[in-house]
Amino acid sequence: MSFLLPCPHCGPRPVDEYACFGEVTTRPAGESPSLRDLTEYVYFRDNVAGVQREWWQHRDGCGEWFLAERDTRTNEVLSISEPEPAPPV
Amino acid sequence: MKDIFRVRRMWRQPGELKRRYDVVIVGGGSHGLATAYYLAKRHGITDVCILEKSYIGSGASGRNTTIIRANYRTPEGAAFYRESVALYERLSAELDFNLMFSQHGHLTLAHSDRGMVVSQERAEVNKLLGIKSEVIGPARIRELCPQLDLSDRPAYPIMGALYHPPGGIIRHDAVVWGFARAADRLGVEIHPYTEVTGLERDGDRITAVETTRGRVEAGQVVSATAGWSSLVAGLAGMRLPITTHILQAFVTEPVKPFLDVVIVSGQLHVYVSQTDRGEFLIGAEIEPYTTYKGTGTLSFLEYSARHVLELFPQLERVKVLRTWTGLCDLSPDYSPILGKTEIDNFHLSAGWGTYGFKAAPIVGVTLAELVATGKTPELIAPFALERFHTDTLVSELAAAAVSH
Repeated sequence: MSFLLPCPHCGPRPVDEYACFGEVTTRPAGESPSLRDLTEYVYFRDNVAGVQREWWQHRDGCGEWFLAERDTRTNEVLSISEPEPAPPV
Repeated sequence: MKDIFRVRRMWRQPGELKRRYDVVIVGGGSHGLATAYYLAKRHGITDVCILEKSYIGSGASGRNTTIIRANYRTPEGAAFYRESVALYERLSAELDFNLMFSQHGHLTLAHSDRGMVVSQERAEVNKLLGIKSEVIGPARIRELCPQLDLSDRPAYPIMGALYHPPGGIIRHDAVVWGFARAADRLGVEIHPYTEVTGLERDGDRITAVETTRGRVEAGQVVSATAGWSSLVAGLAGMRLPITTHILQAFVTEPVKPFLDVVIVSGQLHVYVSQTDRGEFLIGAEIEPYTTYKGTGTLSFLEYSARHVLELFPQLERVKVLRTWTGLCDLSPDYSPILGKTEIDNFHLSAGWGTYGFKAAPIVGVTLAELVATGKTPELIAPFALERFHTDTLVSELAAAAVSH
């Protein structure tokens, strides 16, 4: 079943309006990460059957990027939140 | 006379699990069963058990759109699928089971200059490898498939097509049953309704497999679990470069046979064939978000129906009979992840996205060889999990996404 996803600006909208950018990942720490750290970060995923924190964008709507917690077994959206500002580089 | 109505079991009823098997295969789909069959047939390894959490062929093997083809884009991919098609061509005889393989040809339509360029590229790669594949224009398409709307009416008129004569469709359940029966006759144990709940790991080896029906020790473990690959690998403490998505398909009510080729359109995100029962079988693209919930969506039906009508307007009043979904394990480069892992005796057949079924026999042959000899066959070396750590991907996006 298709499902509704709440946008921080527009409220609940059909999931087809959004682009999903996958689970939230953590950048490898340090100045010069190894190739293995980088490839692990770029390609490998937890792909959980359960609650997943993920990136969404309301692509066909207001364009807002936000985070959602969704149960991948039921597609139930538990919460949405604004991303935190990126740490200074 | 009554004997012909007797229900005959195609494979033995499973007994209790033994304490130990030389090879434990997780997943009773076409890949797991093919691997078991070739292990027994070609390498004499018969102390093999297959653990399937539901019934045999309940996952992607029973939910795909049954298309067989070899016209991939990368030399690695095309060479691999060429061998698979060759095995499929002999498989009915080998398994003594009619798989109803019909090779009526496969047309990948091009609706743009870019589509024509990609078709040409694929045709050249295929020809170099001895795979029959050529780019044809609208006149030849009309000869092969006069039912297609080749006029200027559609939003994206058809400019040409990649024609792949050996492509076609097969009875997917029969492939599963044929492999299961043949493997069973050679001594392989098939255990449906036996879910793997844990993998006991001792350093670089898996020592035992925990299941809902008890614990079994294993010499080697093969995971062939499609959409559930990340979860099974997770039991061994391993992450994979895979995300799980649903793919949907539907069939119409049966109509008189009028389409014998397989029609694919990357631009319209749709592939169409007519089954031996007369139903039009239509599939499209995966849903873009990851999910393990296998329920279909109305939006899929809407856009697929709309796109199919661009190709076959005569289907306008045909009713949809049923829809279904399957779980797909998508890899970043649209190529499979096949063979060894960092755990010595744990082998993978994963990352099959939407193109696993057409590879079943060659996966069986190559994985069986790997399990039996410990050496990775040349043909599958490019598909090793390690390629993601060395950043040497095999991009099959142009020929694998949607193009079935």
